Amino acid sequence: MPETKLHNIIIIGGGIAAHTAALYNARADLEPLVIAGLETDQLSLTTIVENFPGFIDGVMGPQLIADAKKQAEKFGAKYLTEFAGAIEINENIFTVKTGGNQYQTKALIVATGASPRWLGVKGEKENVGKGVSTCATCDAAFYRDKTAVIVGGGDSAMEEALVLTKFAAKVIIIHRRDKFNASQIMQDRVFAQKDKIEVIWNTAVTEVLTDGQFVNAVKLENSQTGKTTELKTDGIFLAIGHVPATAMFQNLLTLDEQGYIVTDCAKKTNIEGIFAAGDCQDPYFRQAIVAAGAGAQAALSAEKYLQDKE
Amino acid sequence: MAEITFTDENFDQEVLHSQVPVLVDFWAPWCGPCKMQGPIIEELAKEMEGKNIKIGKLNVDDSPQSANKFRVMSIPTLMIFKNGQPVDQMIGVQDKNTLHNKLNSVLA
Repeated sequence: MPETKLHNIIIIGGGIAAHTAALYNARADLEPLVIAGLETDQLSLTTIVENFPGFIDGVMGPQLIADAKKQAEKFGAKYLTEFAGAIEINENIFTVKTGGNQYQTKALIVATGASPRWLGVKGEKENVGKGVSTCATCDAAFYRDKTAVIVGGGDSAMEEALVLTKFAAKVIIIHRRDKFNASQIMQDRVFAQKDKIEVIWNTAVTEVLTDGQFVNAVKLENSQTGKTTELKTDGIFLAIGHVPATAMFQNLLTLDEQGYIVTDCAKKTNIEGIFAAGDCQDPYFRQAIVAAGAGAQAALSAEKYLQDKE
Repeated sequence: MAEITFTDENFDQEVLHSQVPVLVDFWAPWCGPCKMQGPIIEELAKEMEGKNIKIGKLNVDDSPQSANKFRVMSIPTLMIFKNGQPVDQMIGVQDKNTLHNKLNSVLA
């Protein structure tokens, strides 16, 4: 049975941008409905967050997210764990379709975030859960006394390497350039673990190999010499960035060439009544605090839009 | 029937020697995605009440042997056992519809 209620605001997403938007709209008595989906947000996959102001000793990412959600719920936001699959527009009313249900709303905030980027090499997606992972905080414990490879050179690669050193006997970071683009403080922490973390520079992973069942090696190619080698490992963790999770909006909203939703400074999209916030519309910063701020902006813009319509 | 807690101690009895198919959610408290899967498993267990099936969770920290035996390397991992054998394995968070369909096909 399709739901007949007309909501003021539906927020699609389950990260810090979505929770912040929900908090603002809930405090304005707009009773937002948050369709949080099934993909885990990025903060829930990290460990300690040290650059979110107000937490002197840092805050655990999953805790920050859980608390932000509770805070929004306290003021009346409602959450659904369903996956929004399609959106239809009919005379300023938006219908969000999930697996078996549909929900109608006067305004829509898209805060779908970003998904891990894949290498796109042979043996990669086929071996997720068999040695290929995009989440060290989830899977590091299964690499006790084993060898793990990490691909990437940014902050998330540094963090994954550090998480893995708590369990693995050997951690090898493979990076395609000759220096990391991670923040200096994260690089320092990695280089301080010389006995456990090895770095292979100027090298790309070209294939993930298995023993028939589980990952047992990766094929490497040096970008300077073109030389290919095989490296034995029990697992490979990908930390090569994220791509905006906006595929479902490509026929509806204006996206830039990288797939980010294009918004103005008030977080309005090209469609009146649809707003976007967070990593799905931020090609520049992709920080928790920026996403939270964008969530607040989108919520306030949506509130103003509803007021102006009345 | 509420969801069952599987452990290394009861795994043989409750899962491998079970007369009915069993869905096991391998999870841990430090795993973000597992926190999304948990409530889905709890709801599913309630909805499947009265059906010929067992649904439960196994904490891989408390019961590492069972996770090791089936070479779980990523969580959440969901496995369906029938007659003591794993017949399906799903990696990452699964929604309730997917799990309903999988369980119904095992029961058919």
